[in-house]
Amino acid sequence: MGALELKGVTKSFGSTEVIKGVDLTVNDGEFCVFVGPSGCGKSTLLRMIAGLEDTSDGDILVDGKRMNDVAPAKRELAMVFQSYALYPHLTVRDNMGLALKQAGRPKTEIRAATDKAAGMLALDPLMERRPAELSGGQRQRVAIGRAIVRTPKLFLFDEPLSNLDAALRVATRIEIARLHRDLKATMIYVTHDQVEAMTLADRIVVLRAGKVEQVGSPMELYNDPANTFVAGFIGSPQMNFLDAASLGLAPGKVGIRPEHLTISRDQGEIPAEVSHVEKLGGETLVYARNPQHGLLTVRLFGEHDFAVSEKVHLTLQRERMFQFDPDGLRRR
Amino acid sequence: MSARASTGRTIAAHAVLLTYTLIALFPVFVIVINSFKSRKAIFADPLALPVPGNFDWVGYETVLKQGDFFLYFQNSLIVTCASLFFVLLFGAMAAFALSEYRFRGNTLMGLYLALGIMIPIRLGTVAILELMVASGLVNTLTALILVYTAQGLPLAVFILAEFMKSVSHDLKNAGRIDGLSEYRIFFTLVLPLVRPAMATVAVFTMIPIWNDLWFPLILAPAEHTKTVTLGAQVFIGQFVTNWNAVLAALSLAIVPVLVLYLIFSRQLIRGITAGAVK
Repeated sequence: MGALELKGVTKSFGSTEVIKGVDLTVNDGEFCVFVGPSGCGKSTLLRMIAGLEDTSDGDILVDGKRMNDVAPAKRELAMVFQSYALYPHLTVRDNMGLALKQAGRPKTEIRAATDKAAGMLALDPLMERRPAELSGGQRQRVAIGRAIVRTPKLFLFDEPLSNLDAALRVATRIEIARLHRDLKATMIYVTHDQVEAMTLADRIVVLRAGKVEQVGSPMELYNDPANTFVAGFIGSPQMNFLDAASLGLAPGKVGIRPEHLTISRDQGEIPAEVSHVEKLGGETLVYARNPQHGLLTVRLFGEHDFAVSEKVHLTLQRERMFQFDPDGLRRR
Repeated sequence: MSARASTGRTIAAHAVLLTYTLIALFPVFVIVINSFKSRKAIFADPLALPVPGNFDWVGYETVLKQGDFFLYFQNSLIVTCASLFFVLLFGAMAAFALSEYRFRGNTLMGLYLALGIMIPIRLGTVAILELMVASGLVNTLTALILVYTAQGLPLAVFILAEFMKSVSHDLKNAGRIDGLSEYRIFFTLVLPLVRPAMATVAVFTMIPIWNDLWFPLILAPAEHTKTVTLGAQVFIGQFVTNWNAVLAALSLAIVPVLVLYLIFSRQLIRGITAGAVK
């Protein structure tokens, strides 16, 4: 009831190609996250699925039916926007019910659907207010409610948490995850924040410059990145990249996550000098500089005392490191 | 220190603005006070206020006895309101198309529509007159409405297109996904958000139309289609001018346009965009 398939989808604005042939299958009920740096085409791809942008070439299929020339309203999908995009002249209830009203559903049905969605999102006391009278978090909940009311085949989220403050972002993230469990609907979620991607997704699609770099579950991407881009993008803090030849390995790069570097004052492979320390309580991040490899990040659990410009030695956990060839592709 | 400096700036700004206001209002003020004075008093002391000694209704009596002045007012109002309506409707629609849809020649079309700002429509008076004669529209209000609509459109399209670009794309897209037609999106989502810009355009469009003498004189000088500005001319003769009547007519002509201006200026300052996005 909501499988999405993209076949060789491309999009050009004039002579610039922003989506360069994307093939992707999203299974029914899956939570799929498009992630990538800004300008990688993830939002454009989402708008193409929604029908808000034309597809230059290729096919978009929902449940096996070609959707390229179907109007957005007829694609049976709902979209939640970064800027909420609530109708300023309508109350919360009317905002949520507008799509059903446009579809010509009976009033009692619309009322039942909006009440049910309001109950799920704790919006009941706000139903007669207008968007201007709501806080940012409440507006985003209304926007999500507006999507739920339609019981769509596909939910599309376009960076829905970007305008919320940090605490609200975590709360809304949990709420979206809970909604996905309850509704069992297919959801496609666009974000540039890899933490959102890792925490929400069943499957992550990493995009760069209009092309899919890798598709996989969060742990697949974390433990088995296909290239330096994915390796650097997934995981926080970012993976360290070292020169492979100087470690006695085949030329190229070696990637090692900050949590897989060990630090010692006495001995180790790579001598380095501490240049900065971030203490977060639960973990400590040590930034150490080696003349050959540059700045390396070490992530330690618990509290540790390292002084700036202290001499330390770093050691790679060999079984957790990734080797990449000079083109950035993973050596397998 | 900074508080003092900003107080000084505020005083300076107010002084400049007040001076400008005085200069701008002075002619209007002179017209209004003199319209209440006898002919002798107007010439004896133009700047004197109307007091019991020189007070005289004669200007207003002449204007109202002339009888047709009510008709002239009606004509002016019909022409101004109808032109304004069409300028705002078509201007906003063109601006929406230019700002919202990507099509070949979009920029060129925008430039073409804005070209009228730089070329005065009066250069085409002869051609317009020929056109109106050919289509049998001479001495009708329709002729004036058509010309004023054409005159007002370029600036309206230009200003409104800029404003409409600033309306959130997400909001329009949300409407599309919810199944609203492009017309509903335009009328119920976009237009309310650009209301301040519409009011600005309305003021800019309305005043030249109300004050125009040129086109009424050329296209519609018949008795039944005269506008107020043209009607006031009957009191200006080649040898004798009935100043009381002219001033009274002009004072009366200020009132409707002032009312319209007040209506639109309320829109200018009312921010209703809050809460749409972000």
